[in-house]
Amino acid sequence: MITAISLLSLLALLFGLLLGYASVRFKVEGDPVVDQIDAILPQQQCGKCGYPGCRPYAEAIAKGEAEINQCPPGGEVCILALADLLDCEPKPLSTEHGIEKQKMLAVIDESTCIGCTLCIQACPVDAILGAAKCMHTVIAEECTGCERCIAPCPVDCIKMVSIPLAVNTWKWPYPALPPTLQNPMEPVL
Amino acid sequence: MTLWPFHGGVKPDGHKSLSNQTPILQADIPPFLILPLLQHIGEPTEPIVKVGEKVLKGQIVAHCKQKKDCHLTMSAPIHASSSGTVVAIEHRAVPHPSGLTAPCIIIETDGKEEWIECLPMTNYAELAPDVVRKHIARAGIVGLGGAGFPAHIKLNSGAIDTLIINGAECEPYITCDDRIMRERPDEIIAGAKIVMHILGGAKHCLIAVENNKPEAYKALLEAADERVEVVQIPTKYPMGGERQLIQTLTGKEVGRSQIPASVGIVVHNVETARTVYRAVQLGTPLLSRLITITGGGVEKPQNFEVLLGTPMHVIIDQCRRKEGVERLIMGGGMMGFALPNDEMPIVKTTNCLILMRADEIETSRLLEMPCIRCGACTQVCPISLLPQQLYWHAKAKDFKKAQAYHIFDCIECNCCAYVCPSHIPLVSYYRYAKAEIHACQHKGKKAELAKKRHEFRTFRLQRDKAEKKARLKKLKTASNASKEATIKAAMERVKAK
Repeated sequence: MITAISLLSLLALLFGLLLGYASVRFKVEGDPVVDQIDAILPQQQCGKCGYPGCRPYAEAIAKGEAEINQCPPGGEVCILALADLLDCEPKPLSTEHGIEKQKMLAVIDESTCIGCTLCIQACPVDAILGAAKCMHTVIAEECTGCERCIAPCPVDCIKMVSIPLAVNTWKWPYPALPPTLQNPMEPVL
Repeated sequence: MTLWPFHGGVKPDGHKSLSNQTPILQADIPPFLILPLLQHIGEPTEPIVKVGEKVLKGQIVAHCKQKKDCHLTMSAPIHASSSGTVVAIEHRAVPHPSGLTAPCIIIETDGKEEWIECLPMTNYAELAPDVVRKHIARAGIVGLGGAGFPAHIKLNSGAIDTLIINGAECEPYITCDDRIMRERPDEIIAGAKIVMHILGGAKHCLIAVENNKPEAYKALLEAADERVEVVQIPTKYPMGGERQLIQTLTGKEVGRSQIPASVGIVVHNVETARTVYRAVQLGTPLLSRLITITGGGVEKPQNFEVLLGTPMHVIIDQCRRKEGVERLIMGGGMMGFALPNDEMPIVKTTNCLILMRADEIETSRLLEMPCIRCGACTQVCPISLLPQQLYWHAKAKDFKKAQAYHIFDCIECNCCAYVCPSHIPLVSYYRYAKAEIHACQHKGKKAELAKKRHEFRTFRLQRDKAEKKARLKKLKTASNASKEATIKAAMERVKAK
């Protein structure tokens, strides 16, 4: 009887120590689920979801405060990936947060710009270059197309333009559907 | 010599006798030359001439962005292929499956063919391999078999044991390599020897010719000496594929993620070897290339030596175009792609133009029918992939699965689509899947960069805020201290009175 109790207590102590050690030794910084969600989000930092950036939105999803369909730049692909990760039903994109569209590029009309720096302060990825009372310009390579610079501009000199298709960005299309009776064969060439 | 067969492959009708009966002709100088800034695999070049500038034949008009050490970059300079005046630097349609435009230099030729001073390197054997390699890089030479890989990068491969000169020319319709092997075997062999010198210790040199080109084989045999071995190989498509050729000749398989140099082998096309010869012995850069104009759409199918940048219609007209041409294909009958018009220029990678009339196009092949799981594609795949599985996953847009089935090892040789009884354009599905995966990876990289920049910005804003706070606090304590000091001084003054 005594032996059994003491043995079990000893074991409990031993495992307790082991678990205590493991929790210190293998401590995971941050929330891994948030990281996984954040990796799926498109990182435009546009704030259209109602949160200040992709990371806060990811945290909100992880806490269950936000829906998975609030990211217009990510669109359907993003929603499907999130549904897959979180094991929940995919939903159509919530229209109150925006609609899915092609990625665009912000361009400053340099002759109209008055150098107010408001857009520089608004840009979440520091993609606008300039100083007070000097002309500003967008670094095209770094622009994520989030549109956060549009509203603050007092002279409306920032426009979103579509990125032209070039030989190196062109993609092979999905093979055309086989011709059917409803869709007769297109003439060759 | 022992040969090792590779898995799969097909034997399509060659259509070679259409164009290999007559000698190579020199094409006319066109009134305008269109030189795209990107004619090879790698980084595009930047123009170094201005509109209105006079250029001489052989003058460099565009080179790599770095301006120096171009021989280290994946780029090849572009030369003016005839003398004249630069009239524009603008976007023009280029021969690409997309039919899109790309930046080009347009030269109006003056017909005088005034050369820039040629700098041959006839004493190459006494020079260090690296010096000769730089010379090759300056000459703008790329792989002329059709892929356009910059030659100087391949020549910098380290320890090479065997050089293979690829004269297989397995693609249907193309015969320009066949003709050049018959007409200029000496130049090809001299070029091969130069390449061996650049590669340092290359011990063997094999020139492989398919056995459907007996005249070319004979001509090379006569011109060869003990340093080069001419080998006849079976006619089978895709024999001319780098990995297939290496396996046939040496029995060595180049792994999925390896390059041939990792097994001590470098492969060059016969025409590349000849261009190397001309660059070193005569000092002429890559200004022209051989091209086959063939198919039922022309009256006189013919091989030409064409100046790079010549618009396609100029050269097609020289072959007398027939009425009712339905399709223009650049490349061979198996891997070529259709072009929307013939206004585009001939570039370093244009080895063949096929003009097809309606009766030559198998319209039945345009009807895609359901896959019946017959497995014919698996039997012919030279890479031993599972084309059927790749097709299902690409069609269902399940790119992860497609990658698990090694879609990126596919060489797009079209053997699977050729034998498919349901006429499924299998390779089109693979190309689509590959493009989507690449685009996704690119997007991921961009997102990663945007995330980093956003994180740094957040950090910077917080840091600035903290610094400002600290500064204000310091100012406040300083002002407090000075206030106390003034009060104290005033008290002391009062006391003193």
